[in-house]
Amino acid sequence: MAIRILIAKPGLDGHDRGAIALAMGLRDQGMEVIYTGLRQTVENIVRTCIQEDVDVLGLSLLSGGHNHYFPKILNLLKENGMDRVLVIAGGIIPEEDGKNLKKMGIKEIFGPGTQISEISNFIRENVGGQGT
Amino acid sequence: MKHDIDRLVTAALSGVESSLSRLLTIVENDDKDVAEILKTISPNLGKAYCIGITGSPGTGKSTLIDKLVATIRSKGLTVGVICIDPSSPVTGGAVLGDRIRMEQHYSDDGVFIRSMASRGNYGGISKAVGASVALLDAFGKDVVIVETVGIGQEGIDITKLVHVTVFVMAPGGGDSVQFMKAGILEVSDIIVVNKADLGADGLVAEIEGIVAFGTTKSTQPVVQTQALNDVGIEELYGVLEKQRNDYLLGDTQKRSEFMAEHRKKKD
Repeated sequence: MAIRILIAKPGLDGHDRGAIALAMGLRDQGMEVIYTGLRQTVENIVRTCIQEDVDVLGLSLLSGGHNHYFPKILNLLKENGMDRVLVIAGGIIPEEDGKNLKKMGIKEIFGPGTQISEISNFIRENVGGQGT
Repeated sequence: MKHDIDRLVTAALSGVESSLSRLLTIVENDDKDVAEILKTISPNLGKAYCIGITGSPGTGKSTLIDKLVATIRSKGLTVGVICIDPSSPVTGGAVLGDRIRMEQHYSDDGVFIRSMASRGNYGGISKAVGASVALLDAFGKDVVIVETVGIGQEGIDITKLVHVTVFVMAPGGGDSVQFMKAGILEVSDIIVVNKADLGADGLVAEIEGIVAFGTTKSTQPVVQTQALNDVGIEELYGVLEKQRNDYLLGDTQKRSEFMAEHRKKKD
């Protein structure tokens, strides 16, 4: 069964090279990647997770807004009974912030220079909640 | 599993979107439960008007659907959209990128959009599309739109699953010999020339001049649109409505003929 993943960029951040590289890389790893492009709202990201019934949500943010957006997304997923979704993140996220975000429910954070295979292996090892 | 399906169907019927999504995943994964699901929802089937949108890559299918959905919503009707993009023949992976054109509808409760990969099917759709259309129909969408993989000539599978098939073209695609060929152009119900601002009058005249010679079905209407500029969408909606009325809401004789034809196509 193909793993379904949404690659999303919340907020005002125009840096999409990383998100595009990851979308293509995970495609080549045999995953089904839904790409919604730049400047997504929290609500739109969560609604897409629901309608697409994704296994994984990959958040990419390089603007510094991660402490604002990521907790909101985690909360809204939970409110909608979607907390089984594996949420990972990437971009420019300082280590201290990363620690806090991981406590809140972001499963892993991948910074610049990460190999695609590291991310795809992490997804394969940690994706779950496939039952109805 | 039976218990789970009953629970999911009940929840989906009461409007829980994640339950509908989960049912779509089950049918997409070709689970052994498809027959059970279809049986459970069968009393709720047959209400939606199902439209197939097909055509070559980059002709503007997704953008056209985006605008068509807005028009349908303005009439007070709800919409389900299934968009199919190709799976890699090498890895099985896919980038599903149709949804990105339909962003204005993400927060609209009356619109449900689901992306699917073709998963090894080469007829323009995936194996799960039939059951997925049934699910969106059963869960109360007034109109169900299916966008095929970008195809041009032979991908006619969609015509067997919907009431009406719209074939989308754009200027610059070839001369009249292309329109003489058999295949999707021959069996579609409406032809749209999108990106008409690039100069479509010559193309439309050529298409109309050729399809009129066909004898396998009645001559299709040709509609010019500029999806990006929101031009011609109301007109397209009008043609879709007319076909719906002719086929589905017209006299019972016509309706039963249509349904018989539809069933025959499904076999």
